[in-house]
Amino acid sequence: MTAGRRTLVAACAVIYFFLMLPLLVVFPISLSSAPYMQFPPPGLSWQWYERYLDDPQWIDATVRSLYIGAATAVLALALGVPLAFSLVRGRFIGRGLLDRIAMAPVIVPTIILSVSVYGLFAKLKLVGAWYGLVIAHTVLALPFVVLVMVAGLRDFDRGLEQAAEGLGASRWRTLWRITLPLLRPSLVSAALLAFITSFDEVVVALFLAGANMTLPKKMFDNILMEIDPTIAAVSVMQIILVTVVLVLIGRFGRGLSASAR
Amino acid sequence: MSSSFRTHKGPRGFWPALPALILLGVFFLFPVLRMLGYSVEAGNLDWYAKALGEGLYLQVFWNTFEIAIFVTFFCLLLGYPLGFLIATTTPFWATMGFIFVLLPLWTSVLVRTYAWMVLLGRNGVFNRLLMDGGVIADPLPLLHNLTGVLIGMVHVLLPYMVLPIYGAVKRLDPAVVAAAEGLGASSWRIFWRIYLPLTLNGIFAGSVIVFVLALGFFITPALLGGGRVMMIAVLIEQQVRETLNWPFAAALSAVLLASTLAVYALAQRFMRPAATS
Amino acid sequence: MERLDAEEVSSAELRVEDVSKRFGQVAALDHVSLLVERGELLTILGPSGSGKTTLLKVVAGFEAPDSGRVTVDGVEITVRPPAKRDIGMVFQNYALFPHLSVRRNVAFPLEMRDVARAEIDRRVTDALGLVELAGYDERLPRQLSGGQQQRVALARAIVFNPRLLLLDEPFGALDRKLRETMQLEVRRLQRRLGLTTIFITHDQEEALVLSDRVAVMNKGAIQQIATTTEIYERPASDFVADFVGESNIFHGIAGAGGIVVLEGGRTLRVARALAAGRKVGVLIRPERFAVTVANQFAGEVIEAIYLGSSFKLRLRTGDGLSVIVRQPARGKLPVVGEHVSVGIEPDEIHVFEL
Repeated sequence: MTAGRRTLVAACAVIYFFLMLPLLVVFPISLSSAPYMQFPPPGLSWQWYERYLDDPQWIDATVRSLYIGAATAVLALALGVPLAFSLVRGRFIGRGLLDRIAMAPVIVPTIILSVSVYGLFAKLKLVGAWYGLVIAHTVLALPFVVLVMVAGLRDFDRGLEQAAEGLGASRWRTLWRITLPLLRPSLVSAALLAFITSFDEVVVALFLAGANMTLPKKMFDNILMEIDPTIAAVSVMQIILVTVVLVLIGRFGRGLSASAR
Repeated sequence: MSSSFRTHKGPRGFWPALPALILLGVFFLFPVLRMLGYSVEAGNLDWYAKALGEGLYLQVFWNTFEIAIFVTFFCLLLGYPLGFLIATTTPFWATMGFIFVLLPLWTSVLVRTYAWMVLLGRNGVFNRLLMDGGVIADPLPLLHNLTGVLIGMVHVLLPYMVLPIYGAVKRLDPAVVAAAEGLGASSWRIFWRIYLPLTLNGIFAGSVIVFVLALGFFITPALLGGGRVMMIAVLIEQQVRETLNWPFAAALSAVLLASTLAVYALAQRFMRPAATS
Repeated sequence: MERLDAEEVSSAELRVEDVSKRFGQVAALDHVSLLVERGELLTILGPSGSGKTTLLKVVAGFEAPDSGRVTVDGVEITVRPPAKRDIGMVFQNYALFPHLSVRRNVAFPLEMRDVARAEIDRRVTDALGLVELAGYDERLPRQLSGGQQQRVALARAIVFNPRLLLLDEPFGALDRKLRETMQLEVRRLQRRLGLTTIFITHDQEEALVLSDRVAVMNKGAIQQIATTTEIYERPASDFVADFVGESNIFHGIAGAGGIVVLEGGRTLRVARALAAGRKVGVLIRPERFAVTVANQFAGEVIEAIYLGSSFKLRLRTGDGLSVIVRQPARGKLPVVGEHVSVGIEPDEIHVFEL
């Protein structure tokens, strides 16, 4: 390795440390035996994890986030996959415009989206309703689903579909038996991305969740009111969840580096 | 389903997009436009005058821009080496590199922000280490101020810079670098004269994304700023939640949105039409 | 219930009637008409861009012609979707479904036709046996070699008793020896099943090995359809003569009583009597030269190539003609600069109108 390369690697090691530091620091804090935020922690204890598991509010919030996340993944796929097909294979005027609209939720700052949807939902009395949140989260997740699916579709060998048709498969059967199964890695990535987007989502939840909190909303309130190390325990679990999701995507999914462009 | 015969000369393939389009129309375009419409209450632009005219609020816009530029600059400084390294190393290390970029990216911004509070507080990790080590006597004010916000934002947005840069470096033809080396260029020269210019698109893309995200940031300044760092998004939230001043919030939002779109439009103009999807 | 027996396989007669297709300015197919007889193997031979793939797509149903008809056993199928045409196809890149095993791949068309499970199992086993891949049922396509994948594609294409089989340059990706083996296998299979088959290729040797008849295409039109012997011995045009096999082609004017006067002034005795004054082309196959006094070509060797089983020489004659000669390898290879002399019998010279 040249000297230049060595410096680069060393510099990157430092930067990576910077990136990972916050994630690492919550682990020891969550195991602290002190009754309040203290560093270094005087001893080890599971008390914060127990606090979390014993508190119905935390558990409720977690469960709610889980099923809202799952519902978002389902809805985002149901809408986003056909949309991706249209964008890649369709021939109609306004296709470029449709592409921009599909990406728009990423471009418009989330605070604006949140406030707008809040304004509308307040009128419709949908604040606090879990399905309202699912809809809003689906809007946010849709661009990611589209990005991943479009990348997957672009690489798809249409000769296989032709072969299927030549062998007697109708359009629908080709889709179900050949196209979608072969797109499964992209579908998995898209679903997990949509789930994580919803599960982590704070800003919209702040406005729309009302009294029925999602996990991020509860965390936000908690952080504002007191730095209780229970948050650290919750954070650790969240980090573990993300790690699991990443592993799942690595194992069963694809298309993330392709859609990073 | 009807026959798939591809003689159909007219437009086709639109219908599958319809459900998504309806969702986006009803629950995205409509609410946003409706909300922005509030800003012209009574048919005049008073609220815009207030948003852009009053020194106080103008200052908020300026602050936000400055913070965004600062954050973008640092993300670029830290992100380029990372993106470069991941793109030019062996597949194994590249995967590892990716994982440690994606992990923070997908960790909830709340978790990351909270972690920074733990790290930067008066009794936080840094201060404790420095004080116990005898380096300083009094704790450094790293939290509930601009410093904390900047550190937090750079941390959250760094991955967004790394990914486009990775893409740009990856797309570079290794033969070009080899040719330069063969012609006697030093590593530094190669970096300045070859890599930098040819990855400009990636730098641009990453910078635009980070800048625009920073403009609209809410969580980090709200939690790490301690009320002292007023960015536009925080102001908007205040106007809606506390002051209940919807028209003003709408005007502020409109200005934020316009700035965001302007930045994107400018970026499109200047980016060379490279292989972007 | 049908079985894969030659007696019961019902193969059809295909007619392409005056089919044309443009892509923008380019005429991919220009009033093409074709009859493929029941049970025959017809090869469509032509260079890239000749329209052969477009013709295949029209017959298969992936493109609709601008004008003309396609009928199978008299029934018009011009606008019928591919799924309903009952045609077996083998593609250039095999197009095996990567996520399905060999068995599931071959079973696919039967599943699409809602055949009973037990029947499917039996017919798949039969088909795999026919292509000599018995026992490979559970492998995935990526675990097979190129030749094996090709045979799976073949099994899949015939398992559902199609009335017609189409093969689109299926052996392009295989190495030479494998290609030759597969060519013979396809021939054997086709004969055994008596299935009407259309084979597309740009390789004229392949065409000669496989076919009952050959249709040579160029620029969207069929130049000649004939048996392999006809095509080789009596090509109808410059293009066909040049495309199929090696050739010496000269142009000249026909004279009375079996004479052709070439452009350079040389006179050849030919076996065919033609109307005097006609412009004609003359084809001499390099391997037909013999030790004879008729139609002597004497000249200097300017190229001599050793090909193992034969010699290939290029002569330049006194009157400036460049002649390719092939001879079985006997004795020593002539040296460049040597003077040699060859002759050709009049009935070995093929004359065609220009």
